[in-house]
Amino acid sequence: MTTLTTQAASARRAQELRAVRDEHTLSRAERWRRRGPLLPALLFTIAVTQIPFLVTIWYSLHSRNLLRPDSDLFVGFANYGDIVGDSTFRGAAVNSVVITLGCVLVAMVLGIVLALLLDRPFRGRGVARTLLITPFLIMPVASSVLWSMAMLNPTYGLLNWTIGLVGIDPVDWTSTYPIVAILMALVWQWTPFMMLLVLAGLQAQPKDVLEAASVDGAGPWRTFTWITMPHLRRYVELGVLLGIIYVVNTFDQIYLMTAGGPGTASANLPFYIYQRAFLGFDIGQAAAMGVVVVIATIFVAMAALRLIFRSFDVKERS
Amino acid sequence: MTTTAPAPTSTRPAAPGGARRPRRRTTGTLLTALTWILAIGFFFPVAWMAMTAFKQESQASSNPPTFFFEPTLDQFRAVVGESGTYVANSLIATGVSTVLVLLLGIPAAYALSIRPVEKVGDVLFFFISTKMLPVVAVIVPIYVIAGQLRVLDNIWTLVVLYTAMNLPIAVWMMRSFLQEVPAEVLEAASVDGAGLLRTMRSVLLPMVAPGIAATALICVIFAWNEFFFALNLTASQAATVPIFIVSTMTSEGLFLARLCAAALLASLPVIIAGWIAQKQLVRGLSMGAIK
Repeated sequence: MTTLTTQAASARRAQELRAVRDEHTLSRAERWRRRGPLLPALLFTIAVTQIPFLVTIWYSLHSRNLLRPDSDLFVGFANYGDIVGDSTFRGAAVNSVVITLGCVLVAMVLGIVLALLLDRPFRGRGVARTLLITPFLIMPVASSVLWSMAMLNPTYGLLNWTIGLVGIDPVDWTSTYPIVAILMALVWQWTPFMMLLVLAGLQAQPKDVLEAASVDGAGPWRTFTWITMPHLRRYVELGVLLGIIYVVNTFDQIYLMTAGGPGTASANLPFYIYQRAFLGFDIGQAAAMGVVVVIATIFVAMAALRLIFRSFDVKERS
Repeated sequence: MTTTAPAPTSTRPAAPGGARRPRRRTTGTLLTALTWILAIGFFFPVAWMAMTAFKQESQASSNPPTFFFEPTLDQFRAVVGESGTYVANSLIATGVSTVLVLLLGIPAAYALSIRPVEKVGDVLFFFISTKMLPVVAVIVPIYVIAGQLRVLDNIWTLVVLYTAMNLPIAVWMMRSFLQEVPAEVLEAASVDGAGLLRTMRSVLLPMVAPGIAATALICVIFAWNEFFFALNLTASQAATVPIFIVSTMTSEGLFLARLCAAALLASLPVIIAGWIAQKQLVRGLSMGAIK
C-alpha cells in the first residue's frame, strides 16, 4: 500500500490526512486509474436507484392513472395536498411507526435476555444458539403463512388450541388484533438478529478488564452494570437502527397475514402505497406518498448512518 | 464460533447469586433450563411447520391438532412436481445477481480501501443511502419503465434489481474485509514486481476469500427471499419461489400441509447455509460493522 504507514492516534484523522495528501500529490492520470474499478458499480447503482426516484418525483406532480395511460396531467403539488387530508395515509403512517418500533424494541429486549443466557457456558450451548437463530433464517413469506395459518388460524391454529387448554376462548387473531398478529411474526423473526448482535458484543468484551474487575472483588451485578452495559451500548444502538431500517419496509407479513385489514386497520406505508399503485392504479398519488416516505426516512437514516460510520471508524486502518 | 466456542465466561461468576457455592449452582441450573425452554419455544413453530409438511391435509388442519400420525411424502412429491419453473427462476435470479454483485462490488471496494479514490466517505455514504431508500418509492416508475421496455415478467429484470439491491451491502462488506489485509503484504508484492492484476489474483483474492464467501451468502439470502419485486414485476413466466408458496394457497379445499411442505423446502437452503455460517451472518447483516 502506498499510503501513510504512521500509526495515527485517530483512524478518521488518518483517513482525512490521506485524502488531503492524495488530492495534492496524485496526478490526474493516477486519480482516474483509481476511480476505474469504482465506476461500474457507482454508475450501475445511480442508474438503477436514482433515476427511478427522479421519475417518482416527476410522477408525483402529475395526475396519472395506469388504466388510462393518456390521462397525464400536470397538477403541481395537488397530490401532496391530498396526502395531508388523507386519514388513511395518516393511519398507515402511525401503523408504520407502531409496527417498526414495537418490533424493534420487543425484539431487542428479548434479544438481550437471550444473549445474556447464551453467554454462559453450559452443555449444548451451540445447539441452543442454532435453534434460536433459526426463525431468522425462514423465508419471510414462509414465516408469514406459518403464523397466519398454522399458528393463528381461529379454527385449527396451534395458539388458540394452547390457550384453549387454560380455558380461553379461541381468538381470530388476524382480524381482531391484526397488528398484534403481525408483531408476533415480526418479533419472532427479528429477535434472533438482535440476539446475535448483542451476543457478538458480549463476546467482544475485553477479558482482562473482566478479570481485573473480578480480582478487585466486583460482584456479577456490579460488573454487569459498570462494565458490560456501557460496552454493549454501541451494539444495542446499532441493532436498533439496523432493525428500524429493515423493519420499516415490512411488506410480506402484512400482505400475507392481514392484507392491511380489516379495512385499512393494519396497513403500513409500504402496503398502502402498493395498494394505491397496483390495486387503485393511482400512480400520481402513490408516487407522492413515496416521496413523503423518503423524506421521513432521511431523518432516521441520517442518525443511522452517523452511527454506522462511527462503528466503522473504530477499526479503520491507520 | 459455530458450536464449541471456548468458554470465555469461565473467569466470571456463573450467575448473580449468593457467595455460597450450592446456591450458585442451583441458579446456574435454573438459568440453563430457562435457556433451553426459550430455545425450544422459539424453534417450535419451525418444528411444527416441518411436522405439518409430513401430514395428510385432513390431519394438518384438525382441531385438536394432530401430534401423532403416519408421516407421508405426498406433499413433498406434489410440491417438487409443480415448482420446477419457479425454482429455476429463483436460481437464475439469485445466482446471476450474486455473481454480478461480486464482479461489480469487489473492484469498487478495492477502490474504496486499498488504493482509495478521493472522497471515500462520500461514496460509501451514497451507497448505503440507497439501501435506505424505501422500495415502495421506486416501484411505480420501475413498473412503468419495465412495461415500456417490454421486460415485465422477465427474469432478467429481477436479476438487475437484485444486483442493485445487494450491491451496497457487498461494497461495504468487502471494504471491511479488504481493510484487514496488512499493507506490508501488498507492498511486498509490488516490490517483487507483481502487477496490479497479479497482486489482486494471487495475493489479495486468496486472503479475502472468506470475506467473499460471507458476502455471497448474504446476497444469496436476500435475493432468494425477495418477494416485493417478484410480486409486482412477474406473472407466469418469471415467478420465483416465494410466489410459488403464495400460489399454493387456494380458495377451495385444504392446503396447509402442502403449504408447509413448500415453505419448508423453500427455506431449507438458507437455514442450512445460516446454520453453517453463523458468524459470517452477523458480520453481513451489520454490513461489516460487527465481526
